[in-house]
Amino acid sequence: MTAPAAQFTTDARRLSADLRHRGIIQTAMGKYEVVRDQRKAGFQDWQGARELAARTKFQAVNHLGQHLEELAAKLEARGTQVHWAGTGAQAREIILSILREKQARVVVKSKTMTSEEIHLNHAMVEAGYEVVESDLGEFIVQLRGEAPYHLVFPSMHLTRGEIKDLFAEKLHDAPSDNPEDLTMVARRVLRQKYLQADIGITGANFAIAETGMISITENEGNARLTAALPKTMITLVGIEKILPRLADLGLFLPMLAVMGAGQALTGYNTFYGGPRQPGESDGPEEFHVVFLDNQRTALLADAEQRDALGCIRCGACLNVCPIFRNVGGHTYGTTYGGPIGSVITPHLRGLAEWKHLSDASSLCGACTETCPVKIELHHHLLQNRRNGAQANPSRFQKTAFKLFAAMANNARWWSLITQLARVGQVLQKPVKSTALDPASAWTKTRDLPPVAKESFREWWKKRK
Amino acid sequence: MSEREDIFARIREALSVKAVGHDGGLPSVIEQRSVLPAVGSTEAEQLALFRKNAADLRADFQQFASESDLQSSVRELCQVEGWTKIATHDGQLAHAVAQSLGVPVLNTTGGYEKHELAACDAGITECDALVAQTGSVLVTTLSAGGRALSCLPPHHVVLARKEQLVSDLPAALELLQRKYGRKYPSMISFITGPSRTGDIERILVLGAHGPKKLTILMV
Repeated sequence: MTAPAAQFTTDARRLSADLRHRGIIQTAMGKYEVVRDQRKAGFQDWQGARELAARTKFQAVNHLGQHLEELAAKLEARGTQVHWAGTGAQAREIILSILREKQARVVVKSKTMTSEEIHLNHAMVEAGYEVVESDLGEFIVQLRGEAPYHLVFPSMHLTRGEIKDLFAEKLHDAPSDNPEDLTMVARRVLRQKYLQADIGITGANFAIAETGMISITENEGNARLTAALPKTMITLVGIEKILPRLADLGLFLPMLAVMGAGQALTGYNTFYGGPRQPGESDGPEEFHVVFLDNQRTALLADAEQRDALGCIRCGACLNVCPIFRNVGGHTYGTTYGGPIGSVITPHLRGLAEWKHLSDASSLCGACTETCPVKIELHHHLLQNRRNGAQANPSRFQKTAFKLFAAMANNARWWSLITQLARVGQVLQKPVKSTALDPASAWTKTRDLPPVAKESFREWWKKRK
Repeated sequence: MSEREDIFARIREALSVKAVGHDGGLPSVIEQRSVLPAVGSTEAEQLALFRKNAADLRADFQQFASESDLQSSVRELCQVEGWTKIATHDGQLAHAVAQSLGVPVLNTTGGYEKHELAACDAGITECDALVAQTGSVLVTTLSAGGRALSCLPPHHVVLARKEQLVSDLPAALELLQRKYGRKYPSMISFITGPSRTGDIERILVLGAHGPKKLTILMV
C-alpha cells in the first residue's frame, strides 16, 4: 500500500467511527440541503440550466487554446502583466520574484484553492513574508496550521467552542463563543492587516475570454478589499477556469451560488479587468495574472475525462457524497477532496500513488446527479479504477476474477457453491467478524445477506 | 521555447483527440432566460421582486418620490447612527446628499488616503443598476467612486434612480456591454446584500469584512 493509501485507510477508519465528527458534518450538510433545494426550485428549469452550463463548459474546454490567447491579449491590453507557469514550482517562483521586486513584507490573501494546490503559503512564509488569509474560514484553519477541510467551507469541521479557544490562544481575544463576536474579532484583526499589506493575492472563479476579466465570487468582501487596498495584486488562475463570454456569467454566477452555499447569488461577484486605470480613484498600481498548468493539460489529453476540467469548485459533489460525509475532508490528503478530487488528483499528482481514491466511492452516482456542469464523476472513478488496474495489474485479483467467472459460467459448480454457502453461513455465524471468519474484512461493519433457503433452480425442479 | 509556448503546445496536442459530450454550442441569452428564475414581465412586478429579495438579504430598501425626500432620509440615518465623517464620490445624486449632511465628507474621486477612508462611518455611492432577479446592486469603479468606497466603511448607502432597475442578470451584463463597450472599468461588482459569512457552524453573521449594513435608496 502506498503512503497516501495507508493514511486514507487509517483516517477513514478512525473518523467514520467518530460520532461527534459525523454529527458536525451531518448538521452542516442538513442546513445546506434545505437552502440548496429551495434555490434550485427557484429556477424555471434546473435540469435545463445544467445542460446549458455543460454545453458552455464543453465549448470552453475544447477550445481552450483560443480562449486563453484571447484572454491573455485582452488582459495585457489593459496593462495587466500575464505570467505562465507550467508547474507549481514555477508559479511559486514567479510570485516570490514579484514579492522580492516589490520589497513586500505583508501579503494578504483571499480564498484560493489553487494556491493550496501549489503550497504557496508555505513558500512565502519560508521566504520570510507575513502571510494572512482573509476569508474567515481560511483564517481559522491557517491559525490551526491545517489545510482547508472543504472546497467551500474550510472550517466546517470545527465548533464555535473550538474556534473560541483557538482565538483565545492565538489572538488573545475571544469575548464569547457567539459566532458574531468571533467574526468581529477576526474583522478587527484583519482590517489592520489590509491597511498594512503591500500585496494582495487572489484566486479566480472564472476567467472571461471575451472581455479579459477575472471573476471572483465571495460573501465576506475580503476579496474585494484584497483587490482594492494593496499596491500590487496577484491573481493565480488555473488555465481551465475559462468562460468564453461575459454573458455566460448570467448563468454561472447563480448556479455556483445555489450549489456552493444555497444562495440565489453570492454576496460579491466581482470582475477585474486590469490595474487602476487613468481616471479611477484607487486600485492596485500593478496587476499580475499567473496562469497555472500543473498537469491540467494531462487531464485535457484524456478525452474520456476532459469534462472534469469544467469543474467550478462549488463543492456540491462533496456535500452529497456518502464517503465524504463519513470520512471528512482531511482524510483524502489532497487539495481537492470528495468525488471531484478523487477524479482529478490521479491526473494532477500521479495515478500510481492516488488510484486508491477511485475506491473512495460507493458508485451511488449522487455526485454525477448533482454536478451543475454534468461531469460524469462516478464513471470517471470507474475509469480510473480500470486505468489503475491496467497500469499495475494485481495477479491475485486477476486469478480471483477468472476463478469466479469459471464457476459462475458452470451450472453444476454454481449449484454446488450455493448449497455450500448455506452450510457455510450457519458455520460462520458464531465466528462472525472474528479472525476465524474468512469474510471478516467485510463482516466487521456489515451483515452478509442471508442465502436463500431454496434456489430458483431447486424451486423450478420441484414445481415440475 | 518559453513556458507560454510549452503550455499552448501541450493544449494543442491534447485537443488533437476529440471529445464527445455536450456539444450543442454556446447557449443564447434566450435559452439562459428560459431556465433562470422568473422575474415577471412588468416594471411593478420587478420592483416588488427587488423589494422582496432585498428584504431576504437583510438590505434596507426604500423608495422616494423626490430627491429632497431621499436627502432628508439620509440626514435622518446620519443622526440616528451618529455619523461623524462620511465618504462619497463625484456624482450628481451623491454630491447633493453628502453636502446636505453637515458632517465632514471625504471625496474619493481622483484618489484618497486609505486610513482616512477606513475611519469613515459610511460610504455613499451611486450605482450602475439594481437587479430585480437577485436583489443585487451593480457598481463599478466609475459609477461608485473606486474599488474600496463601497466595501471599506461599515455602512454602504446606495443611491439609485428608478430607471436603473433591470430585470435580471443577463440584462445587467448587456447593460455593462452597452455602457462601457471596449473600455471597461477595472472593477465591476454585483453586491448582493451586506457582507456576510457562515464560516462558524454555518450560522449567518453580517459584516464579516465589508459593510455590516447595506441601504438602497431609490428615487
